[in-house]
Amino acid sequence: MSATAVTRELPGPAKDHSFSRRLGRRRYRVNLIVKTLCVLATLLGLVLLASILFTLIWNGAAGLSLTVFTNTTKPPGSDGGLLNAIVGTLIQTALGTLIGTPVGLMVGTYLAEYGHNSPLANAVRFVSDVLLSAPSILIGLFVYQLAVQPFGGFSGIAGSLALAVLVIPIVVRTTEDMLRLIPPSLREAAMGLGAPRWKVVTLICYRAAKDGIVTGILLAIARIAGETAPLLFTSLGNLNWSVSLKQPMASLPVTIYQYAGSAFEDWVQLAWVGALLITAGVLALNIAARFALRRRS
Amino acid sequence: MSVTMSSQQEQQSGLGAIAARGATNMNEAKIAIKDLNFYYGDHRALKDIALNLPECQVTGMIGPSGCGKSTLLRVLNRMYDLYPGQRATGEAVMDGVNIISPHTDLNSLRAKVGMVFQKPTPFPMTIYDNIAFGVKLHEKLSKPQMDERVEWSLTRGALWTEVKDRLKTSAMGLSGGQQQRLCIARTIAVRPEVILLDEPTSALDPISTLKIEELIDELKHDFTIAIVTHNMQQAARCADQVAFFYLGEMIEVAPAAQMFTAPKERRTQEYITGRFG
Repeated sequence: MSATAVTRELPGPAKDHSFSRRLGRRRYRVNLIVKTLCVLATLLGLVLLASILFTLIWNGAAGLSLTVFTNTTKPPGSDGGLLNAIVGTLIQTALGTLIGTPVGLMVGTYLAEYGHNSPLANAVRFVSDVLLSAPSILIGLFVYQLAVQPFGGFSGIAGSLALAVLVIPIVVRTTEDMLRLIPPSLREAAMGLGAPRWKVVTLICYRAAKDGIVTGILLAIARIAGETAPLLFTSLGNLNWSVSLKQPMASLPVTIYQYAGSAFEDWVQLAWVGALLITAGVLALNIAARFALRRRS
Repeated sequence: MSVTMSSQQEQQSGLGAIAARGATNMNEAKIAIKDLNFYYGDHRALKDIALNLPECQVTGMIGPSGCGKSTLLRVLNRMYDLYPGQRATGEAVMDGVNIISPHTDLNSLRAKVGMVFQKPTPFPMTIYDNIAFGVKLHEKLSKPQMDERVEWSLTRGALWTEVKDRLKTSAMGLSGGQQQRLCIARTIAVRPEVILLDEPTSALDPISTLKIEELIDELKHDFTIAIVTHNMQQAARCADQVAFFYLGEMIEVAPAAQMFTAPKERRTQEYITGRFG
């Protein structure tokens, strides 16, 4: 390693030591350059993220008050809040998750436990992955055709349906991945005791994959809580207090979209607060998901 | 080296053992295998196997990797049914019924023919529930009855004294050897008639191995046992009769003492003395 090391010459053709030393120095330099680039890229990413979070907290916290949670959206200059948007987001996110999760769970279970590599399973897997990366505005348009036009108007339930369509592929992916992580020996052991297939899946596999599946659902909730585009064509938004699923329903992302571009100072301020609320909620869900995953490993 | 030593020991203490085992060889076959062939797709993994598993005896199965011994075990509880492309032909008759028949009810077959795997496979639940899971599949027991069954099977699995104060804790917290005994206890709890052991100690340390071998010796009074092992001493210690498999064929079956002292076939001789495999 060092120059003082005694190198014992082995019999046979002579080794070109000078070349290998030059190569060593070159590798050291390349290593240093790549490492520096990586650190710089990481710092850039972190600075951008910190700047977004800082701006959000700085501007959002300024308008944070109790009236945000007690008052509904009102005309400019009349001390409005975000109550209807917060409640609307909670309702639509909850309903979207409730509709989408069972479907996603069952599809994921089919892919991992029954379909394996059959042509149907491969087709379903492909479509689900395409859906996962489809622009969410398309999903809004799809539900518009399906649940808005035929029933003559925008509604909370249509918004929930659009969000449910977003939930499905996420839950499908994580459910399948988590079930596939379970060693076949565990299934064989349960089958070996005389358990029918469905009991092996529901009592053993789900239990073994529980934390991972829950993480997937939490990530799906985090994703739809902040979606704007699918709601624009479905639940539309509502400036008044309404919890009826048959009526247009307000939501935080749509309210932010409408308020942030307005000319009124207090509306813009409320948009910042709404953005802060969503970010905090999503962050909390992500942290919860991390915890669930860490307990698994 | 150690193999030959064990053979010598067997020879010294062998005569009495041969006589004793010769007597029990009169036992009737619990499972009678005849003309059994097994295919992984096009590959024929078992060729015209004929073998009897005598009731309440331990049958050891030895042979190099890939010789088909584990495959034979997986035929006996139809585990291969899980995988498309695997099929068996021929006969494996238990209590007058052919196991291979497509009409066999797999769930009740597996309740009668239990299996323990190479790696411990505790379910992700409490120790108590690990035992109760299999029992609940086949019987409806009251709480006290279930408590009794759990205690009985854990006692027979030589695990009761170690876990009786933590039955409600997760089975994943047990050591590897304890997990394997839990898997055996879980299998016994269903009250099977045959127990298949697929290299049950290959992932365990010597002390755990010893405990499981003692357990096998104890269990054979009530159960018919088939054990696949790569460890020749283990086969010599545990088994009443030993079958040697090579390339999908069953080369030789004989009482254990005879197998390890005076095998008839040259290939058996070469394998047990460590010349190949």
